[in-house]
Amino acid sequence: MSIEARFHIDRGDFCLDVDTRFPRRGVSAVFGPSGSGKTTFLRAIAGLEKSDPGYLKVGDALWQDETQFIAPHRRAIGYVFQEPSLFDHLDVRRNIEYGRKRVAEDQRKVSVDDVVDLLGLGDLRRRFPHQLSGGEQQRVAIARALATSPAVMLMDEPLASLDEARKHEILPYFQSLHQELNIPMLYVSHSKDEVMRLADHMVVLHQGRIQATGNVADVFARMDLPLAHEPDAKWMIEGVVADQDAEFGLSYVDFSGGRFAVTHHDPADHQRLDLGNSVRLLIRASDVSITHTHAADTSILNVFPATVEEITQEGNAHVTIGLLLGSNPILGKITRKSAATLGLTPGMDVFIQIKSVAVLSSSKR
Amino acid sequence: MILNAHDLTALAISVKLAAITVLLLLLIGTPLAWWLARTRCRFKFLLEAVFALPLVLPPTVLGFYLLMVLGPQGAMGKATEAIGGQPLAFTFSGLVIGSMVYSLPFVVQPLQSAFSALGSRPLEVAATLRASPIDRFLTVGVPLARSGFLTATVLGFAHTLGEFGVVLMIGGNIPGRTQVASIAIYDHVESLQYTQAHMLAGVMLLLSFLMLIVVYAANGRFNPGNL
Repeated sequence: MSIEARFHIDRGDFCLDVDTRFPRRGVSAVFGPSGSGKTTFLRAIAGLEKSDPGYLKVGDALWQDETQFIAPHRRAIGYVFQEPSLFDHLDVRRNIEYGRKRVAEDQRKVSVDDVVDLLGLGDLRRRFPHQLSGGEQQRVAIARALATSPAVMLMDEPLASLDEARKHEILPYFQSLHQELNIPMLYVSHSKDEVMRLADHMVVLHQGRIQATGNVADVFARMDLPLAHEPDAKWMIEGVVADQDAEFGLSYVDFSGGRFAVTHHDPADHQRLDLGNSVRLLIRASDVSITHTHAADTSILNVFPATVEEITQEGNAHVTIGLLLGSNPILGKITRKSAATLGLTPGMDVFIQIKSVAVLSSSKR
Repeated sequence: MILNAHDLTALAISVKLAAITVLLLLLIGTPLAWWLARTRCRFKFLLEAVFALPLVLPPTVLGFYLLMVLGPQGAMGKATEAIGGQPLAFTFSGLVIGSMVYSLPFVVQPLQSAFSALGSRPLEVAATLRASPIDRFLTVGVPLARSGFLTATVLGFAHTLGEFGVVLMIGGNIPGRTQVASIAIYDHVESLQYTQAHMLAGVMLLLSFLMLIVVYAANGRFNPGNL
């Protein structure tokens, strides 16, 4: 089961030309800078933008091909726009019920109570949109889309209009969304952190064309994409909390290439690093250093054997190094001088030292 | 009672004419305004100019052409005679048609600007929530443009109530049938019945003022920030 999309939309000054396939489970991110065609792509999937020619199949449902175009209101989608776009003349409850009422009864799998609970809207049901904060409004918009029991959720930078505090208010809800309701989600974003935190699969758009697709951890570490060469490049790794050391305030996270020691940065980490949780860890490429020997006399806890795959010079003074840590592609950024002193070449076995690890997200197994 | 039976009848005809005109104009003007607000048709500006003509034409000019069309020799006059009716000139039905032309921009323009102000977003949202085009018009477009409807209703009503030239040209000032309040006032002044003119004019002034108060009060309340 997958979502298959081929669109060609030519607007003179901008052209979207894509042909891709998403898994119909989990979260898939559509990632790219502004103006890369992310929103147009999502709108074409919703049928709000006409692509000619175009092809779109979601699971077994054919929504567009050469001969037919299913109107937006006949597509089982849940769309969340950048701005909450609630109906001002309806209270929260009636906003949420608007779409659900229009879905055939035997197609209603998600209950209003479920989405109200899931998005923490219990006390707001009788309020009108203008009585809500921006974050609350966006939660209502998400609940409203979910309540139609869509075959796929389409989210167009749902956090873009919110400040940092509101973003952190909503992000946990997203994480529980696909776990609890099992509705596949296409998530448009230009934020690397959001994508690494939420998405499993991703498509990178650039000037209306697809630059890369694949597993999120792999794409961010790919040396042939501009992402890896940005000064603040980061990579992500998934693992399971396997052990804890209360005395030193450490948790141990096992991944396919070894075991990370993770310190608790903020109070939320205690909960996130519960035994058995699966977690995503975020590492800045510039926090990775490289040695030839496994030094025992270092203050750094996380030292792993790795293999150099590729080295690219960045400006005059720095290099980006692509490595394999077990089977995981990762990145390191060091000075060109260090790389020369170490005599790094592709294929060389080295040790990497990781100075700092942040917990991006976690979920109960 | 401050108004005599003759003046009351004229006032009643004015109110009836205004009410019927506005009702019919809302029926015709709503889809028209919706179309004008949404279309990307290249010749939209031409239609807009046509529909705005009653704003700038002298009422007598408008009335004159209407008389030509509605009278026994006019196209519509002949048509109504052909189906066994009377020519529409000098009848109440003729007044309704004339008033509809005359007040059309006062109903269509507030509706059009209210629909334009909506933007396409609320309707797109409704579409993604399974609402068909007619469904989203009725459940999202109309309620969100409610202040536009109120303005259109009151302006259309008040403007029809105050109409003079067109009515005089096609209505013929027949007491009890086509004599409206504004013309009755003119008659009173012509025959130097200033007291009666005062009374009727005062009632009209009060009526118009009350209607405008309703519009402005309601527009303030409809603003979501003040609900």
